[in-house]
Amino acid sequence: MLFQAGQHGVGVPAARVVITGAGIITALGKGWAVNEAGFRQGRPAFRPVTLFDASRQRAKTAAEVDLPQQNPPPRIPLHEWRRWDRANHLLYHAAQEAWQQAGWESHSPITTVLGTTSAGMARGEEYFRHATTQPHQFRGQPGRGLHYQAQRQALNVQKALGFHGPTIFIANACASGANAIGHAFDLIRCGLAERILTGGYDAISQLVFCGFDSLQSLSTTQCRPFDRRRDGLALGEGAAILALETEASARRRGAQILGEIAGYGASTDVHHLTQPHPEGNAALQAMQEATQTAGITPEQIGYINAHGTGTPLNDSAEAAAIQRWAGSPAKLPRVSSTKGVIGHLLGAAGAVEAVICLMALHGQWLPPNAGWEESDPACNLPIVTKPEDATFEYALSNSFGFGGANASLVLRRFS
Amino acid sequence: MSNHPISIIGLGAVSPAGWGVASLFDAVSNGKVIPASELERPGWSRGLPVRKVPPPPSRPAFLAHPRLRRASPISHFTVAAALEALGNPQVPSPAPNLGIIFCTMAGPLNYTRRFYTEALRDPATASPMLFPETVLNAPASHLAALLGVTGPVYTLIGDDTAPLSALALAAQWLNTGKVERCLVVASEELDWLPADAFRLFLHDHIAAEGAGALLLARHHEPSPSQWMAVTDPFNYAMPGGNRVAVQSIRKQCQTWDAPTALLCDSRIGIPRRDRAENEAWSNWPGQRWSPRCILGDALTASSVWQAVLAAAAVSSKSFTQAVVHVAGCNHQAVAALCSSRE
Repeated sequence: MLFQAGQHGVGVPAARVVITGAGIITALGKGWAVNEAGFRQGRPAFRPVTLFDASRQRAKTAAEVDLPQQNPPPRIPLHEWRRWDRANHLLYHAAQEAWQQAGWESHSPITTVLGTTSAGMARGEEYFRHATTQPHQFRGQPGRGLHYQAQRQALNVQKALGFHGPTIFIANACASGANAIGHAFDLIRCGLAERILTGGYDAISQLVFCGFDSLQSLSTTQCRPFDRRRDGLALGEGAAILALETEASARRRGAQILGEIAGYGASTDVHHLTQPHPEGNAALQAMQEATQTAGITPEQIGYINAHGTGTPLNDSAEAAAIQRWAGSPAKLPRVSSTKGVIGHLLGAAGAVEAVICLMALHGQWLPPNAGWEESDPACNLPIVTKPEDATFEYALSNSFGFGGANASLVLRRFS
Repeated sequence: MSNHPISIIGLGAVSPAGWGVASLFDAVSNGKVIPASELERPGWSRGLPVRKVPPPPSRPAFLAHPRLRRASPISHFTVAAALEALGNPQVPSPAPNLGIIFCTMAGPLNYTRRFYTEALRDPATASPMLFPETVLNAPASHLAALLGVTGPVYTLIGDDTAPLSALALAAQWLNTGKVERCLVVASEELDWLPADAFRLFLHDHIAAEGAGALLLARHHEPSPSQWMAVTDPFNYAMPGGNRVAVQSIRKQCQTWDAPTALLCDSRIGIPRRDRAENEAWSNWPGQRWSPRCILGDALTASSVWQAVLAAAAVSSKSFTQAVVHVAGCNHQAVAALCSSRE
């Protein structure tokens, strides 16, 4: 039962939630190794948009993924594989890597918790264009209608990997991926699940690109989070998936433990639909809750992967929140945003950035803040400006989204 | 430590039967089928049969809120149902320990379609006023802003089973002390795009719109009815697809059978779609309501109406308990049990 009165479980001593598998695909490439190399160097991966005509947009670049060419997995017929949306492929690549690394088998149901903002929007766009230009021709329309939906994409991936189980989708805008991991952490921690496949995914679509462009949120120069000359965000696409389980489960299986999710906080900013509170009140609340759940103080955090979109308002509000959370300038940990490398991945951002924190903790290095050159008094933070090694045990990852959806995760090096 | 039942302390609904739980309950309990009207679709001389929410009896006061002036119907339905569940306060007071779980399947499609139409015409002039309202969590964000909720607010998407997953999530939040109270709301708005898409699979499908809300609280708060359980969802990726999934749910709820119990199911009146549910629940011993056959198929909103009706039926002492079963349209099946506190 998902919930049953009288059932023992909720409130049991909190289990440690460990990561035994991690999958990632971004504009840097597919898989842990290529992404680790790219983030460690802070190598930007933007190019002119090729997925649709962007000639009439203010911004014309994005961090697009070159999807690997591959045959369908054994359980997926070719005709079904061809119907998969771009977002579905991104999700599959990340999930497959995490699944294989975790060494999970498909003998029992496994819960999936995913975050996305627009699922297969590009398929939805195709559906709409077809329905409005050829309303009496239905060929291909049922497939487009189905594969546009997030739940179909999850079913496809479960089928491809050979498992089934309950699926929950959180669509909390740009915090979706972090909320999904946080919710999975909550479920395992309070004894409601032993293993969960979780993360986030989103693909670039014309509607979303045009939307951010219409708001004049996209940079027309270069994405430069926390830099004095920052003029907007850049969009990217990708996916990251984590295999989470109790420490007891991982030890029983003899699995390699990559790291630990130690804390999670979620809050809501009611200031404005698209703008953060200038002092970052809700961001502060999420960060405080995450560190409290982890049972640590801000001084113990060695690195913050900031939401850092590169928009003037987000970065100054986040900087204010980080400063208030740390309490004093001397206690500020090193901070960087990795959106100058791969752009803003929206529903995937929180998950991808959690994996970046995991990589950094695992390898004991700090990802540089690509594009940062000039300090801004409104963002007075100890920014990581170049590749460097570090010794640290905890990292904090921030994700703040449209509609005031805020989430923070604390990750811990496992030793 | 054990899970406690979840108190149901408020209900709200906006449906093709009208604005309020009373009109929803009256239509479904008395089997008053709401007449369908037509929704225009481009390229066709005949519209799509749908069941729309009628205009409100008077202009809702919440429309004066700056966040809601430009919002789409899905947000209006969401707020109206939530405020009814909260007791229709004239001025909502800040609710620091309230969580919100909002569910939708199709989302804010009116604005999404309008924005994309503009983007196709000329992306350089697409309206920045429309885009923020296309984001799936916009209705939840507006509701949180109106109520001053700064705690957890989740938007769950998926097929029409999402509201029952939301009940389980609310139970988790309440039982672990994350929140004192939790609003579970689901909402959908009519648009020709999804209404047309459903008819590609089910020719006689009748789409509908509206919202429902349940205000839930910890066990110590008095209430006439309570949630006792939510089954594991069984998804259609399992061998045997939806038939086996629905049968698996039925097995989990076998002990809930009683002649004095109500089954509130998700049948829509189209045999092909209802087959799995008909087979699995053919031996149900009590009365059975199928709100979608009366009101049309409003996806997640229909499922939350089922939950609202179950709670209202138990609260009115017409039934000792009620089972809500949802065989989702394309993802999974799940059920929940509501019982009297006496």
